[in-house]
Amino acid sequence: MYAFTYERPKNVDDAVKLLKKADDAKLLAGGQTLLPAMKLRLASPGTIVDLSGIKGLSGIKASSKAVVIGALTKHVEVMNSAEVQKSLPALAHLASVIGDPAVRNRGTIGGSLANNDPSADYPAAALGLGATIKTNKREIEADKFFKGLFETALGADEIIESVSFPVPEKAGYEKFRNPASRFALVGVFVSKGKDGARVAVTGAGESGVFRVKEMEAALGKDFSAKAIEGIKVPAKGMIADLHGTAEYRAHLIGVLARRAVAAAK
Amino acid sequence: MSATGIGAAVRRKEDQRFITGSGNYTSDITRPGEVRAYFVRSPHAHATIKKVNTKAAEKMPGVVAVLTGADLANDKIGGLICGWAITSKDGTPMKMGAHPAVAADKVRCVGDAVAVVLAETLRQARDAAEAVEVDYGVLPSVVDPAKAAAKGAPQIHDVAPNNMIYDWHLGDKAATDAAFASAKHVTKLDIINNRLVPNAMEPRAAIAEYDQGNDALTLWNTSQNPHVARLVISAFVGMAPEHKLRVIAPDVGGGFGSKIFIYPEEVVALWAARRVKRPVKWVSDRSEAFLTDAHGRDHVTKAELALDANHKITGLRVHTIANIGAYMSTFSSSVPTYLYATLLSGQYAIPAIYAEVDAVYTNTAPVDAYRGAGRPEATFVVERLVEVAARELGVDPAELRRKNFVKSFPHQTPVIMAYDAGDYDASLTKAMNMIDYKNFGQRKAASEKNGKLRGIGFSTYIEACGIAPSQAVGSLGAGVGLWESAEVRVNPTGSVEILTGSHSHGQGHETTFAQLVSDRLGVPIETVSIVHGDTDKVQFGMGTYGSRSGAVGMSAIVKALDKIEAKAKKVAGYMMEASGDDIEFKDGKFTVKGTDKSVGWGDVTLNAYIAHKFTGGQLEPGLKEGAFYDPTNFTFPAGCHIAEVEIDPETGKTTIANWVAVDDFGNIINPMIVEGQVHGGIAQGVGQALLEGAHYNSDGQLVTGSFMDYAMPRAADLPSFKVDTTLTPCPSNPLGIKGCGEAGAIASPAALINAITNAVGHENVPMPATPSTVWKAAQGGMKKAAE
Repeated sequence: MYAFTYERPKNVDDAVKLLKKADDAKLLAGGQTLLPAMKLRLASPGTIVDLSGIKGLSGIKASSKAVVIGALTKHVEVMNSAEVQKSLPALAHLASVIGDPAVRNRGTIGGSLANNDPSADYPAAALGLGATIKTNKREIEADKFFKGLFETALGADEIIESVSFPVPEKAGYEKFRNPASRFALVGVFVSKGKDGARVAVTGAGESGVFRVKEMEAALGKDFSAKAIEGIKVPAKGMIADLHGTAEYRAHLIGVLARRAVAAAK
Repeated sequence: MSATGIGAAVRRKEDQRFITGSGNYTSDITRPGEVRAYFVRSPHAHATIKKVNTKAAEKMPGVVAVLTGADLANDKIGGLICGWAITSKDGTPMKMGAHPAVAADKVRCVGDAVAVVLAETLRQARDAAEAVEVDYGVLPSVVDPAKAAAKGAPQIHDVAPNNMIYDWHLGDKAATDAAFASAKHVTKLDIINNRLVPNAMEPRAAIAEYDQGNDALTLWNTSQNPHVARLVISAFVGMAPEHKLRVIAPDVGGGFGSKIFIYPEEVVALWAARRVKRPVKWVSDRSEAFLTDAHGRDHVTKAELALDANHKITGLRVHTIANIGAYMSTFSSSVPTYLYATLLSGQYAIPAIYAEVDAVYTNTAPVDAYRGAGRPEATFVVERLVEVAARELGVDPAELRRKNFVKSFPHQTPVIMAYDAGDYDASLTKAMNMIDYKNFGQRKAASEKNGKLRGIGFSTYIEACGIAPSQAVGSLGAGVGLWESAEVRVNPTGSVEILTGSHSHGQGHETTFAQLVSDRLGVPIETVSIVHGDTDKVQFGMGTYGSRSGAVGMSAIVKALDKIEAKAKKVAGYMMEASGDDIEFKDGKFTVKGTDKSVGWGDVTLNAYIAHKFTGGQLEPGLKEGAFYDPTNFTFPAGCHIAEVEIDPETGKTTIANWVAVDDFGNIINPMIVEGQVHGGIAQGVGQALLEGAHYNSDGQLVTGSFMDYAMPRAADLPSFKVDTTLTPCPSNPLGIKGCGEAGAIASPAALINAITNAVGHENVPMPATPSTVWKAAQGGMKKAAE
């Protein structure tokens, strides 16, 4: 780790001011990606703006229509929330399969979405449920939020405050873990809501999380594993590495999508 | 059997300090005035060093010195060596390239040290290391052992043309060729034994301190064999005379072979400490460990098995290319030769065996012994061949094995080894009963109903431990003897200190060695302490590797205890006015034969020291004895592992449904510790077969350089093992011990791959059998079934 300036603002406005003041500042939420990168000297921000002193960025509010989760809410809180388990059990399940207990007790939903790791779990839920990401400036639909590997629609001085997930009729998440990192080698989030079905895939795409429109169309008519049995996702554009070929990942999308639909609650 | 004697499942005495954070590991030690060392390492796999500019780094805050390979050469510090001489087929000696602790002219793998920065703090050292400018002339590199000796491959060491270190062979070529010429059936396999990164929990570390007054050096390091480290650093590196160098290996958190070797960093720490006259501390971080710890395995093999019409094995022929890496590590040459080819007979009576091994340099980290060292590679070859032969012949793999087992002992194999004792049928039969082999078909059918594939695989392995006698290993090229030493110091109050030349880095010597003493002397286990790992305390020893501490190390203790008992009897004789020959010793009590006259252990030990009952002319005072023990043969642990797997053909995920291990380790001191060794060994073998694989890309970069890409086995990857034993005592040591530390890692990869190939219906499943790999294999298997 290189030396850096540490700031711990008390409100979002101050955090934004600090971000504007330094040209190489980074926001610190749970630190599960940023801190390891800094320890390995792969990241060297001059200023760290720690969000943990800001009140009101954490917590879960559920209604019959939506589950709203504060940006600094930890994975373990989502996983253990009775309200999330009741209204959106697929999201509680997703939170329970992120990393390990240490990661789940530090990592936050806002940090995960802002980082947009192509193998992270939360982007699949946000896209697979059609969530809305609320920042200090605006509300951004999930479809317009994820812009590619580690890239989002967030501006340089924009901070996520909360995420609103519409409560679907049914949703499911199936994750196949990378044997080494335990990140998603492929993860598929499916949902059936009033506007139709959504299928979002993480871990597989070279440009990060994406939707499978052909499956969505089929599931919109018949939300069953059988309805998507014949649909093959092309290997083009899939990540290929030591842990799986592009063909393997494309194949797993089909397998996991069917399993997620079958297990959807 | 007493509650703390031989055979008792005594809880590990050392665990109290380990699990309460009271251990004393090298990085826990701080010396007054110490500076921290940080190495500048090559980012290139192969390059000339044109210039190293240290000026900017030297001016950085806190920097004490920046030292380079040129400085090392100027100070005439010698290079590291490989201590086992192997001779090629044509009689020429192996071609060992120089291995300076800091490279001066050329780097040969990513991570090769080019400079070291010493600074007041680690961060200052690291910052300054980034300011060292190295001008490299990048050269083409080669990482694949199968391509290293090809025409036009980059030349790594001038002394080894075509990167060939040796082309060695063992066995009778003519007899083996004849066996194949007349064979009724030949089974052929191409095998890659995947490269592994050891990843002990504690990374390597070293602290060196120079005592100006006595011109003496002390090194604390994470070593499995501190005496050999001292010998090599003294005699070959030329750092200091042996009596002016003390090596202390305190608590060491796992080694698995990787801490046997003498590494550049500890040499540099000593040299630097003397130069700057301050203690120098270096602690490897995990990224550094991936790049610089000696890796394991990495063989490319063509293997063939010849059988006659009665399914008797008549011959075995093997050609192996062994990747040695960029430099020859301390025992690297012996692993793919005398620790590998000598075990190719397995548990079978094979009349003719011929093995050829080409050892090559590549631009990768050095490869040396890793848990099992050569024997896992041999077992994998033999047990895959036999299993595949059974499938090709349409016979039960257990029956083919049984038919070919060695059944009478001693048994001389065609590849040096003389097996002394065993009952291979007994372990196979017991294992088959434990896993309910006869009902496997029902379980397979049930899996198929759920859309899953099920497979079962055997591994009836043999290995050789306690490598010895010294004369024999010397004739095979070893630069050292492989005996062990022990000293027993009995205090006046009767407590006992055992000084051993073996070294514990997780094995539990403080418990098992104390059990032996408690059993022999009838003293409470709490009154026995085990001293190891300090060259100033223990006079000499050969360390711990190759599952040798029980068979060799404890035998030395037995020999010293024999002497203690003989002398204590004399003391008791003087106390009771009887001849020492008339004294019986049992359960800590000395009795005059045929009488009720007796004295206790504590009385005798006190009398040995106060010396009131005998004169100096009659008996020397004191009670301290030492012994060196050199075994008469290797030991031969053997047994049977059976793995049963269920595979999800849609994802390729393998789940281990059942695992049975029946091992013959000879007599057992502590069954709980032995079971733990078996569990850990299987976990590492499962790691090799399912998860682990070090991968360099074509530029020589280690792609699997962290746990994000290098998959270590975790609890969730493993089933609950069913473990049992059979017993044929080892006839070549006084305790009848064979050794248990490596068996799990040796037996398990073959059992698991045999099970997976059985499930998918064909043999092409390379290690590690990751989900991606098994999915592809399962597709092939299903295609084959449909044809």
